[in-house]
Amino acid sequence: MDWDVILSYLPRYREALLLTLRIGWQGVAFSLLTGVLCAVVIYLRLPVLKTIVGGYIELFRNTPLLVQLFFLYFALPKIGIRISPQVCGTLGLGLLGGAYMAETFRSGLESIAPIQTESAESLGMNRMQVFGYVLLPQAVSRSVPGVVANVIFLLKETSVFSTISLMDLMFTAKDLIGMYAKTIECLTMLVVFYLLMLLPVSLLGSLLERRVRFAEFGD
Amino acid sequence: MSLLEIRHLHKAYGDKTILKDFDLTVEKGDVVVVIGPSGCGKSTFLRCINALEEIQGGEVLIDGEPIRRSAKNISSMRQKVGMVFQSYDLFPHKTILENILLAPLKVQKRNRSEAEAEAMELLERVGLADRRDDFPRQLSGGQKQRVAIVRALIMHPEILLLDEITAALDPEMVREVLDVVMSLAKAGSTMMIVTHEMAFAKAIATRVLFLEKGEIVEESCDAKAFFEHPKTKRAERFLKSFEY
Amino acid sequence: MQSLGIDVLFKGTNFLRLLGGLWVALRISLVSVSVSILLGLAVGVLMTSKNPIIKAFFRVYLEIVRIMPQMVLLFVVFFGSTRVFGWNLAPETSAVIVFSFWGVAEMGDLVRGALISIPRIQYESAEALGMTENQTYLYIILPQTIRRLIPLSINLITRMIKTTSLVIMIGIVEVLKVAQQIIEANRRVSPNAAFGIFAVVFLLYFLLCWPISKLASYLEKRWA
Repeated sequence: MDWDVILSYLPRYREALLLTLRIGWQGVAFSLLTGVLCAVVIYLRLPVLKTIVGGYIELFRNTPLLVQLFFLYFALPKIGIRISPQVCGTLGLGLLGGAYMAETFRSGLESIAPIQTESAESLGMNRMQVFGYVLLPQAVSRSVPGVVANVIFLLKETSVFSTISLMDLMFTAKDLIGMYAKTIECLTMLVVFYLLMLLPVSLLGSLLERRVRFAEFGD
Repeated sequence: MSLLEIRHLHKAYGDKTILKDFDLTVEKGDVVVVIGPSGCGKSTFLRCINALEEIQGGEVLIDGEPIRRSAKNISSMRQKVGMVFQSYDLFPHKTILENILLAPLKVQKRNRSEAEAEAMELLERVGLADRRDDFPRQLSGGQKQRVAIVRALIMHPEILLLDEITAALDPEMVREVLDVVMSLAKAGSTMMIVTHEMAFAKAIATRVLFLEKGEIVEESCDAKAFFEHPKTKRAERFLKSFEY
Repeated sequence: MQSLGIDVLFKGTNFLRLLGGLWVALRISLVSVSVSILLGLAVGVLMTSKNPIIKAFFRVYLEIVRIMPQMVLLFVVFFGSTRVFGWNLAPETSAVIVFSFWGVAEMGDLVRGALISIPRIQYESAEALGMTENQTYLYIILPQTIRRLIPLSINLITRMIKTTSLVIMIGIVEVLKVAQQIIEANRRVSPNAAFGIFAVVFLLYFLLCWPISKLASYLEKRWA
């Protein structure tokens, strides 16, 4: 292991990490928003929209992110839609994640016993009130484990960004190996940087899950 | 005008008839106990009155006004009808006080301090004022049911529907809930009660309705007479099944 | 239509080549899934062990798989093995190793989850009937576990198929690579072919995975 090499590579890896993190979190935020909106559409059974959302969820859950990114980045410009690699990454991650988050929120909603809706209705609440005050808060807390798993999944998926020429960690590692053949150093740094990115998220996630499970409703 | 009037109520799931041509009039202050074997439609009957179930024929009138599931005024109609269910249906993410205050504040848009004062007064009455900040999970089944009753009462319903509210409770908790219901009856509340507690039914009812297979088999305005000498064979057989 | 590459798709053997590329990815998935399910069953049972060393070992294994992108593992195995051990692993072999490493952990965790989800009372009532431990597993626990596991294993197949699209990164000529080659070869006659071809690849993956996920969720509902 050549420590001088590692030291000299450090700035490039740091840059790459920051880029991955930025796009990763933008994508996650976008996916949460998309997921909630889609879950609401499905729950309220809005005509037409419901079908579109259902199709979107199936389409993006059943195709790899890599293929989705290729489509966004290489295919769309041919019909005149040109997007930068960064936007492409955020959009791709957000669309993929949105489909997963929607499923998580939907099953969170479905897991709430019908009696909750009925007792809220019998108190005179309308559909939006039942949804906003009774179902959504419970669904969100039940969805926490699923959301945490999705976030980790999405951040891991960022590793395909190099295919659309984003200079992320994978790109950097491959590039440096190609130029200087310091394979061991490059791969070690790759692993360490991914650990730096995902270990805190994973730990935070399990902490959050425990909190929600044991504390929130007074146990 | 009667408080509650049910005319030719018909309820079916597909081909299966659940309630066949029900007629019933309830006046202010009545305590109507509905009994019958499981599957006779008594719970469905209560749920129809609150429009939790779609009905296939007839109508349910409260103060002469029809209550319908898809009608514009469903919210204000439902506020006239309070309901407590068999399973503990408190909102698990809210404290006891918040459970009680949610509907008065959001549905009736009442002033918080006024509603809170009333909530505390009601909690005091059911002996749970000290649990205001607890979450439902920290309460026993009997305590949760008492809170559920308070949550319905604070809406000032004209009639209260109680659907087997002690059926899921441990035996030693049944009493504390029934006592609360009894005190409501004494204070003149109008109620319809589905229950399997026959001794309680006999003590509280001003009227009894015996259902079987989706039909009203016997109706009596004298609870004592009904429980001691039912007029129909079917009611007699049903009451016998509680003896051992 | 002509300008968007559908013509290119049906020129010569192009479509068949695409399908051939898809088969390469599918073959890797199927091998990896088979390994994952077989080893995963054993690993899952081991995971329920109370031995602290075994427990800690699998904890670490699971956590690595949970956190490390498969892409990184693929790089480490493919490029690293040559460097460290002097092995010359074929790309496909590396891919199968990595995806099995990942799949075994996933499957093991599913098996563990299914095993511990069987209520204690099931074991106790079997015991009360005088069954031996083996009989309890054979007649009571396994049939219930397998029912829960089948839909989840089917789901693992679709996840595996989606994940194997990564092998393009270590130089395996799979469907995306074939697509790129076709687009490149027809750059002059059909400059916009990328749209049609990539749309078809998108669709092919969907048509492959969607029925399998539908089957999984159908079974999950039916056996719930």
